[in-house]
Amino acid sequence: MPGKGRITSIKFGILSPDEIRKMSVTAIITNEVYDNDGMPIDGGPMDRRLGAIEPREVCPVCGNTRDSCPGHFGHIELAKPVIHVSFAKHIHMYLRTTCRVCGRLKISEEERKKYMELLKNLDELGLKYLKKRVHEYIRRKAAAQTKCPHCGAKQYKIRLEKPYTFYEEREEGVRRLNPAEVRKRLEKIPNEDVRLLGGDPNEARPEWMVLTVLPVPPRAVRPSILLETGIRSEDDLTHKLVDIIRSNNRLRELLDTGAPNAIIEEEWNLLQYHVTTYFDNQAPGIAVAKHRSGKVLKGITQRLKGKEGRFRGNLSGKRVDFSARTVISPDPNLSINEVGVPIDIARILTVPERVTPWNVDELRRLVINGPEKWPGANYVIKPDGRKINLKYVDRKALAETLAPGYIVERHLKDGDIVLFNRQPSLHRISIMAHVVRVLPYKTFRLNLLVCPPYNADFDGDEMNLHVPQGEEARAEARLLMLVEKHILTPRYGGPIIGGLQDYISGAFLLTNKSTLLTREDVIELLGVAGYEGEFPEPAILKPGSYWTGKQLISLFLPKDFNYKRLAKIGSAAALRCIDEDCPHDSLVVVKKGEFLIGVLDKASIGHEAPESLIHWLVKEYGEDTARLFMDYVYKMFLRFSEKYGFTMGYTHLLLPRKAREKVKEIILEKKNEVYELIEKYKRGELEPRPGRTLEETLEDEIIDLLSKKLLDAVAEAITPYFNLTNPVIIMARTGARGNPVNLTQMAAILGQQTIRGKRISRGYHNRTLPHFKPGDLGPEARGFIAHGFVEGLNPIEMFFHAAAGREGLTDTAVRTSQSGYMQRRLINALQDLRVEYDGTVRLPTGEIVQFRYGEDGVDPMKSDHGEAVKIDRVIEKVIGWRI
Amino acid sequence: MPQKTHHINILEHELVPKHEKLTPQEAVQLLKQLGIKPAQLPWITIDDPVVKALKAKPGDIIRIIRKSPTAGESIAYRYVVVDTLQPKKRGV
Ligand SMILES: [Mg+2]
Ligand SMILES: [Zn+2]
Ligand SMILES: [Zn+2]
Ligand SMILES: [Zn+2]
Repeated sequence: MPGKGRITSIKFGILSPDEIRKMSVTAIITNEVYDNDGMPIDGGPMDRRLGAIEPREVCPVCGNTRDSCPGHFGHIELAKPVIHVSFAKHIHMYLRTTCRVCGRLKISEEERKKYMELLKNLDELGLKYLKKRVHEYIRRKAAAQTKCPHCGAKQYKIRLEKPYTFYEEREEGVRRLNPAEVRKRLEKIPNEDVRLLGGDPNEARPEWMVLTVLPVPPRAVRPSILLETGIRSEDDLTHKLVDIIRSNNRLRELLDTGAPNAIIEEEWNLLQYHVTTYFDNQAPGIAVAKHRSGKVLKGITQRLKGKEGRFRGNLSGKRVDFSARTVISPDPNLSINEVGVPIDIARILTVPERVTPWNVDELRRLVINGPEKWPGANYVIKPDGRKINLKYVDRKALAETLAPGYIVERHLKDGDIVLFNRQPSLHRISIMAHVVRVLPYKTFRLNLLVCPPYNADFDGDEMNLHVPQGEEARAEARLLMLVEKHILTPRYGGPIIGGLQDYISGAFLLTNKSTLLTREDVIELLGVAGYEGEFPEPAILKPGSYWTGKQLISLFLPKDFNYKRLAKIGSAAALRCIDEDCPHDSLVVVKKGEFLIGVLDKASIGHEAPESLIHWLVKEYGEDTARLFMDYVYKMFLRFSEKYGFTMGYTHLLLPRKAREKVKEIILEKKNEVYELIEKYKRGELEPRPGRTLEETLEDEIIDLLSKKLLDAVAEAITPYFNLTNPVIIMARTGARGNPVNLTQMAAILGQQTIRGKRISRGYHNRTLPHFKPGDLGPEARGFIAHGFVEGLNPIEMFFHAAAGREGLTDTAVRTSQSGYMQRRLINALQDLRVEYDGTVRLPTGEIVQFRYGEDGVDPMKSDHGEAVKIDRVIEKVIGWRI
Repeated sequence: MPQKTHHINILEHELVPKHEKLTPQEAVQLLKQLGIKPAQLPWITIDDPVVKALKAKPGDIIRIIRKSPTAGESIAYRYVVVDTLQPKKRGV
């Protein structure tokens, strides 16, 4: 049984002419809006009976002022019927499926009975999808009929010319059906047949789709605005209504005076046009209605449709209270669970706190502080529900009366839980719960480790914050949405929160073999990490006491933790370690919580690095252990990076003269090969590749030579001059930032620039720039850059580089819009699916989508990088060794 | 080129997963286990080649056993329906 005041269903229908007249308070008969005194004219589009909208105006219909007058509809009696554009398709369906003479569904009597029976059965079973398909089937079958099975009348094809014109294709020629004829035919369709076609004759008789009476919406729907100049400006809908009334009155006059048919037709068409654009000013196939200024008018459809329309803009995209938005900036000293909230914002956002004997003293203090002084309170809600604004009362007196049962809306303070969000909210980790830290200044502060889930940086990004107002919401936020619960991503079951950039280079430097720390260093590093245990023994005693970075890490690892993994630097063949006795130190081994060998880099502590140290810490010791590791140990990485003075500059990219000459040599050699190819092509000796023309073959081979082969050769020539003491190499090899290709590009050569995978060829006639001869196919003329950033580019090269760089920018712009649309479609289709307790995936109505979630029933977030169980890791954990 | 049409049994084809028709008892048990009406299962049209090969009729339930890279083997069910959107086929 439906509960009291509870909506169990919503039914949409079409207003019948009678209903429109019944709900109307007056007929609107004149297009004059205001009289000479500027007062609304009775019977005009702004008739006072359509509802009070001015301050202190009293509604003549309901007697309310504008605050409580709901607004009232009027109506226009149309001189001739007009088609409602939005229903043109439905009208077309009814015309096609029913007899043009007797109006009955073009399906034989016995078949009709059969379908009626079938539909009744489907209805009882609640199979609405199947019902829909049966209706569609009946429509198709009826429309295909060329002779009425009931009266035998011959049937013609009926064509809809968008947006609202119907034609009947008879033998003697095509004839237009005017709206009056259309309506007459629709009137003849029996109720039973409407039902068979999927309609509901009680709520939507087909002839109601052809308007004879037009409702006039209340004034509140289309308020006029007073411009600064004192001129009143009417709403677009009012303008349109004026057009409709004017045209309607003219048409009536023509009919009354018995004007020639052609003239009547013309005015009728005009009325149809105005009514159409009133409903939808973007209907295909007709001119859009415009203001005198040329501005396009907004129809009713335009108010509802699209991103800024009523649905997406005002209903789904409703603005909310208890939210804040400002620029974000980094703060590595916050926990990853925290968010720094500016004090100005903390004074506005409030949390309702119920007064109890235990907090009454504290809340009194907050009430006395009031809205200006943080921490204070903005409102007090009395047990009777009255809300008192603390700005305007004697707060001391009010604080005295505070007693259990009162609710104080106090300022946000440290320890409160809030939701933090960055758009575009593409996945669930775009909104996470953070613990508040009220801080000075005007930006939200967040730990850098949580940048990856939000995809945030600090080049001006802004983020939103919401304060949950109920106990239940706060509990859910803390238990389900807290940042530490999302270190592992549901995308692939690896950590998405983790070190990036200088965290990674810092970790490498700290754990590097050559790093030896003095007592002072160790005190400082353990200090920033908040270490409180015993001071570690030095690893080296002679010639002095020294500690290693690995020792410091070990202090924070669980005592039974085992871990073995190749470091990121080991992915370069030259630095790979096969076993534990290896000079490169690229194999990370932790045994029983003791960090033995190897260096920490992206593979162990980085974000988006599955099967890493962090990953196993989360999985095996829980999120809070991993979160504490991130809050404490990661701070050491940054501090060590600062102590070390990690930096990169121009000099780190310089090559010795010998190397520079070698590079020039390689470039010259490849360029000569290109010239040879071109000569060969000109002599006609070039063999085309399969499926390619001669020209394409030449281009392919040149690109091959100048990009891949050349860059590889150069890279090989310069690598001996760079090693792991070079900060650029440290960053590239550890995964902190950049890659070896970037290094070659900076130090030696940028190589061939391409647009859409081809050498640059557009610009002038037969050449890219006027600096070259027409038809020049040489490397320089087609976007080859023979310099690196260290040497600098010449103006022509710089132009080509910019041209090629532009492609990437446009590509990303296009990709984001496309994937955004795809995301919208996918979410609309999938948002209501849920995994039931029996492991099936179902729609809210119980239809089964998957018999077992993802076929295997595995939650990717709880999986080991996609697998339900990673056997290797289990063995490693148990026997303390990876086999 | 004249070609004789060989009648192959698609159920035996390597790329066709195993399909089988449920007995009435199995069907009742399945529906009870899932707590649903038959139409709440995913549908398969009567015109589907595999349904023809099984000689299944509307209202039958088909079990499909597929090889799955993640789960090894996955079992799905289909409810055989008449596709009303193809008027040329037999009546509703
Ligand atoms: Mg940004
Ligand atoms: Zn009123
Ligand atoms: Zn007829
Ligand atoms: Zn090695």
